[in-house]
Amino acid sequence: MAWVTQTLSSSLGRKVIMSLTGLFLSTFLIVHMAGNLQLFKADGGRAFNEYTYFMTHNPLIITVSYLLYTSILVHALMALVLTRHNSASRPVKYAYSKPEANSPWASRNMGILGTVLLVFIIIHMRTFWYEMHFGSVPMAEYDGKQYKDLYAVVKVAFAEWWYVLLYVLSMVAVGYHLAHGFQSGFQTLGVRHPKYTPIIETVGRYFFAFIIPAAFAAMPIYVFLQVHGIL
Amino acid sequence: MKINLKVWRQKNNNTPGKLVEYQLDNISPDMSFLEMFDVLNGELTKKGEEIVAFDHDCREGICGSCSMYINGRAHGPQTGATTCQLHMRSFNDGDTIVVEPWRARAFPVIKDLVVDRSAFDRVIQAGGYVSVNTGSARDANEILIPRTVADEAMDAAACIGCGACVAACKNASAMLFVSAKVSQLAILPQGKAESQQRAERMVAQMDAEGFGACSFTGACSVECPKSISLDHIARMNREYLGAKLTSDNVQG
Repeated sequence: MAWVTQTLSSSLGRKVIMSLTGLFLSTFLIVHMAGNLQLFKADGGRAFNEYTYFMTHNPLIITVSYLLYTSILVHALMALVLTRHNSASRPVKYAYSKPEANSPWASRNMGILGTVLLVFIIIHMRTFWYEMHFGSVPMAEYDGKQYKDLYAVVKVAFAEWWYVLLYVLSMVAVGYHLAHGFQSGFQTLGVRHPKYTPIIETVGRYFFAFIIPAAFAAMPIYVFLQVHGIL
Repeated sequence: MKINLKVWRQKNNNTPGKLVEYQLDNISPDMSFLEMFDVLNGELTKKGEEIVAFDHDCREGICGSCSMYINGRAHGPQTGATTCQLHMRSFNDGDTIVVEPWRARAFPVIKDLVVDRSAFDRVIQAGGYVSVNTGSARDANEILIPRTVADEAMDAAACIGCGACVAACKNASAMLFVSAKVSQLAILPQGKAESQQRAERMVAQMDAEGFGACSFTGACSVECPKSISLDHIARMNREYLGAKLTSDNVQG
């Protein structure tokens, strides 16, 4: 199996790991965003809580969630390995460099954007995931069945303006990260074709870098406005 | 024109270098960038100082020798051109121009602006060739190659191995160079026979030389004097991954 370890530890193999985990995380964002749209239903959180119950009890979803945690860790750790290797590839830096003349900012700062996102994910999971699994969440009853009222936790969290701001800024980072990351994932896999690359670029730039983060950012803002009676 | 130069001076790879300032007063806007350096070296010689070492050969943009990082860009502010094709009219009277050598672990500085690019030679030696007996010339139409394929191979073969891609890349990655060399052979029938081992060996050598990984910033292609496309990097990725998955080389 020497060929497997050697392939995965080559510069191209490491990028393939980044690509596959990154693209998997991108598809997760679609599901996560679509599911959380329940927050916009004006039913006191019932749809959201029922959806949360489904997500924490469906065996397929639970299995995929472990794949998701692993992907986040592998993506972050491999990024660290690559960043160290890449930095060591130029031990003496240029005294004067003008990289903005030849490349977009996001493409050169995926590590910084990724670090912001990792910190965000930790905060985000502490607030909701940890509370749901290990914290004390109030209960709600619909049609005689007991549900954990995660919607109540959401309302408390997004009542704070600074917490909402943190989310909105993190979604800007998601946008920039995916504007470069989504299409790069395909380039790494060698998927580049005059027919399909423009489609991949458009999907990356508009859907993953704009629509998805905008929809996510709208959630804390919407809840904040509702809690404070503005909406 | 008056030009203020800040040039990287470094005795050898073991001595730390530094930027040294020079002033030139009578520079013609029609001079090439290298001719401006000839003027500088002429003045240094007259003063009895050591001249600035820099690589140059053909001075018409095809040999790939000249290698200056000028004002923060490989081969200077122009695109699709080498340092020797850059003229002083691209600058303004009184400008300060910072000139550094290519900076990469795989390209150690030999002296001043001269770096050792033999890492590229070793990558080529690892597989950037077709091992057939050449013999006498074959009939031109014996192997049919569509014009578009020949053009694509020629675009890759335009690479002059100057190293601007490595110099411009934030990771000092050699992906554009290696992919051009993989591509130019992989898409032609003559090169197809060895395409798997070529991709495996050349990428392995590229890694062994200490180049970085590809972040797909596109800087290499923008700064490449021959404007080599990122398509070739994607093709090399396909070649390499395909080879790794399907070649019978189980040792790696």
